[in-house]
Formats: sequence, C-alpha cells, structure tokens
Amino acid sequence: MSANEAEAKPPARPKPAMSPEKALRARRKFIRSALLLAALTGTSLLGFLPVALAFRQRLRPPGALDEKDFLASCIKCGQCVQVCPVSAIRLGGIEEGYGIGVPYISAREQACDFSCDAVQCILACPTGALTYIKPDFFPVREGAGLAKAPVLKARANEPEPAINLKERMGLARLTRPQNCLAAQGKGFSGTARGEAFKGLMRYMDVDRWNPIPVRDHPYERELCDLCVTECPIDGAISLEAFTDADGSRRFRPVVREQCVGCGVCEMICPAEPAAIEIETRALWQAGEEGG
Amino acid sequence: MRRFVEGLLLMLGAEPKKPEQVSEEVREIMEAKRADTSRIKAHLHEQARQKPHHTWRNRRWIALVAANLLFVLSFWLDIQILEGALTASRFVGFHLIDLNAALQVMLAHKHIIVNLVIGTFTVFLLWVMLGGRSFCSWVCPYHLLSELTEKIHLALARRKLVSDHAFHRATRTVFWLLFAALAFVTGYTVFETLSPTGILSRALIYGPGLALGWVFLLLLFEVFWSRRAWCRYVCPIGLTYGAVGTISPLRVSYHVEPCFHEGDCRKVCLVPHVLDVTIKGRAAVPQTGLGPDCTRCGLCVDACPTGALHFEIKGLSKLL
Repeated sequence: MSANEAEAKPPARPKPAMSPEKALRARRKFIRSALLLAALTGTSLLGFLPVALAFRQRLRPPGALDEKDFLASCIKCGQCVQVCPVSAIRLGGIEEGYGIGVPYISAREQACDFSCDAVQCILACPTGALTYIKPDFFPVREGAGLAKAPVLKARANEPEPAINLKERMGLARLTRPQNCLAAQGKGFSGTARGEAFKGLMRYMDVDRWNPIPVRDHPYERELCDLCVTECPIDGAISLEAFTDADGSRRFRPVVREQCVGCGVCEMICPAEPAAIEIETRALWQAGEEGG
Repeated sequence: MRRFVEGLLLMLGAEPKKPEQVSEEVREIMEAKRADTSRIKAHLHEQARQKPHHTWRNRRWIALVAANLLFVLSFWLDIQILEGALTASRFVGFHLIDLNAALQVMLAHKHIIVNLVIGTFTVFLLWVMLGGRSFCSWVCPYHLLSELTEKIHLALARRKLVSDHAFHRATRTVFWLLFAALAFVTGYTVFETLSPTGILSRALIYGPGLALGWVFLLLLFEVFWSRRAWCRYVCPIGLTYGAVGTISPLRVSYHVEPCFHEGDCRKVCLVPHVLDVTIKGRAAVPQTGLGPDCTRCGLCVDACPTGALHFEIKGLSKLL
C-alpha cells in the first residue's frame, strides 16, 4: 500500500521515497479517519430509531405538515416556542433522534388554547414546517382537513371569528369513559387539576390578553362539563345523553368534526388519568361521532 | 485566481505546498533578515515575548458571549431583538438562517423555501463581510467550550499523559458531502442530531437536555484523544462558512518582513495549515492573506511577538 501511495503522488522534484515510519503514520491516519467517518455516520443514523419505532407519537403545533415532511422541513430554531403565550410548545431532546429540536405539545401538561388568536407559531415559523396553507404538492390527507375554518369561541362576536387553520392536529377521544365524571353523573368543584398544576389558560371573563394559571380559576359544576365549556373551538364537542349499562340516563362528551385536536379538553379534564385525550394526527372518519 | 483555488483546496484537505517560485521582493527581504544580526532587534523581540497578550481573544470572547446572550435574553426577558436559535432566527424581524441548516433542510425537504432563501442571503452577505469562518470563532458556542477544554488537552499533553491523534483534514470534506447526501436520501436533517452548535444554542435558550451529554462526549474525545477534532475534521458548518470566507475582504494578513519564523502562531491555531506560509521559505509574496479556512479568531495575531500577523480589510489599506 505504501508503494502505491508513493506512486499515486509523484513528487515534483526527485525525492527519496517516503520513509517507512512516515508511510506507517500516513496509513494509520488514513485508517483513523475512515473509522471516524464510519463511527459518526453510524451514530447519526441511530437518530432514525426513535422515528422509525415511533417511541412517542408527538402532538405537533397547529399547522404542522405531515410528520415526515415536518421533521424534514423544521430547522430546529424554536421560534414557535418563543411566541406561544401559554408556553405549550416544547422542543424534542436527543432521545427523539431526528426529532431533536422539533416542537411538540404535551397537551395534558399544557395544551394549545389558541389564546394568541392568530396561531402565532405558524407566523413565526421560517421554513413553512408550520403553515396556514400547505403548498399544492402536499396533499391534505382524507380526514385531516377541516370542513370549515374553526371558529374561536373567544372571537364569536367579532366580524372575523374564524382562525386560519386548514387541518387538525389530532382528534379528541373519550379514551377512558369509565373515568369521565359526567358519565358517572358527577359534578365537579374546585381547581381542575389541583393546586400544583402549572398549566395556563385564557379566560375571556378574566383577561382576554393574559392567560392565567388554571389553578387560579376554580370551577363549580353540578354536572362536570369542563371539556365542553373550556373547548376554545365552536361546535367541536358537546355533552350528549346516553343510557348506561344499568339503565340510567347519563351524559358524556361527544367530539364533533370541528375538533382541531388542540388538547384543552385533555388538559382540563379533572379525572386522573384524563378521561378524554388527543389522538395525535387522528383522521376524522365519515359518519364518526367520536366518543 | 490561482491562490484562490489553492486556498480552497487547502481547506478541502490538500497538503500545503512549497511555492514553486518566490518573488524577488521576498528573496531580498529574506536576505536582509539573514544579514541583519543586530542584537537590538533580537532584544526588542525578547522583550515583546515577555508579556503575552490576549487582546483579540478577549474581544472575541466578549462578542461570542454577547451574541449568544442576545439570543437568550431576547427570549427570557422577551426583548425580542434576536429571536430563535443559531440555526434560524429573526433579528428585529429580519430572517437570519444558518447556511448549513438551510441547506440540510432544503435537501431533506426537497423544496426551495422562500423565507429560507431570504434568510440565507442576509446571512451570506453578513459573513462575506465578516470573514466567513469568523462565525465559528466569534459566534459558535461549541467553539468556546472546545477552546476552553483544549487547555486541558494541552496541559495533559505537556505532561505526556495524552497525545493528539490527527485525522486527515479531507475527512471534513467527506463529512460535508456525506451529511448533504444523508439529508437528501433519508429526508431527515441527520446532521442536526449531532450538531453541537445547534444543541448548545438551543440548550442555552430553551433549557438543557440529554443532548448535552453528546456535547460532553465530544469534548472528552477532544481532551483525551484528538485536539479540536470536531471543528478540525468534522463540522460541515465550518466548511460551509469557509466557502463563504473565500470571497471575504476581512482576513488575517501575514507580512514576511517582521517574521522570525518561530511558529508561535501555528501552535495556537485551530487550523495551522493556513499558517503554513509563515514557515521559512513558504511565502511567495511579501504580504499574504491567510486562506478561507482561517476562522479569524486572532489567536495568532495575539501570539505573534513581532506583529507579522494582523487583521486587515482587503482593499481598504490601499484606500487609506
């Protein structure tokens, strides 16, 4: 190999052949470099594992492209994090592989309550990973698109009450109906998530522009309907009567097609663990009344 | 043009070469230096060596900390001057996008994103003016950490406890191509998972995470195995900004005349091959700008006992 190397680079002037020590050093350096390349490339490909195995199905901020495109186009700068008035958006760590630095929402801890009114995170995104309108070459998956622009209850009396959101983030589902207070015929009184809960929400009757801690806003309900009343979207969820196993008439929340998957119901649900949760990137099936 | 290409090749990993032809002027200077045995010069020189100074290093550290602090405070105190992280940000509303991050995103995403083009253009102009790889030494937070831990490496090396295992400099070029290819083929911004620049910038602004463990491992590797390995042999960001620096007028310039060819500058340099010209017999012209791989960190300017190296803005000295 050393002979080959010497031939490969003919010196301009006649020089003594490369000394054996020097050749050995050069060869070691070459092998070392190849190992470094292999090792780091291998390490970088490990990042695919969490993505492929989907360790965590993360709820993405509103307006996110489909997961694969989202991971590709996100530049991991966190500008969406900076504008969120309720700090709902967090960034993934290295344990999420290629999802490192990519924003997600942990709805149970802090949901997106649209208290920014204009979906600021979409405005802040420099790469269009969060976008109001997908370019034509990204098809909207069947069931991800919203039939009509979601109307914010908070802006119901304004001339333009709808927000510019074309697709849902996910869908709320009554995943633990046995935990639902309404389904048990129970009311609720007190702070929804206890005194230690740090989550924020905007209450129109308190301060339109300043979200306050949920723990500072106790509730008093004959029949628990927090997921319905606190839902920021008009017509996304309602309390419907049903007859339970022992024949008594009960109520439970029913999710409608207008649900955008923001996660406020999951955050506010006083049951532990929550009776209602967001199914990330779930699609609305025709004829479905999610319950 | 030839020097331009040579500088580029040197950055991509080629070995520095002896000049084929040395100008008459340099020959005269070298002869004069040889003939001048005056002790005064040697004495002054000796004196100058007594007090090492860190003018440029201190300025640079202040700038680096200030830049990163501006990111942090913009979020923490909500002063909104520089929002985002090093990969992408807005400076009072103007998009600034890291060139390498933009490249990775566009290769992975396979779409040209208008905001990214605008933001990269601003950043491109900025670093053309400021010297290309000056991003590395004047802004990158990993550079500072690595610079500090380098002192541990050097202290251990002096005690013969560790030694520096060099890699081939072309490894970085291969990495650049590899990460670009990986982004395109996999559709993920693979490099971002490893990039200590992005990891540190986000950790500073949005709080620490497990990713700092990776940065720590890199620093350990540099302390115990290979000096400044990430910046020297891996980081594609450095190479991207290096390419920008090829056309930058801001550079460190070397003058043969006052040089004693002792090599103090090469000992402190992150990319000593750019200082190859300071070896006796390597300079072809009396005055040369260091190549594009130079990070404009100024350590050599501080280290040089005779003022043979200093910052210059090309063309401006002629004007003045």
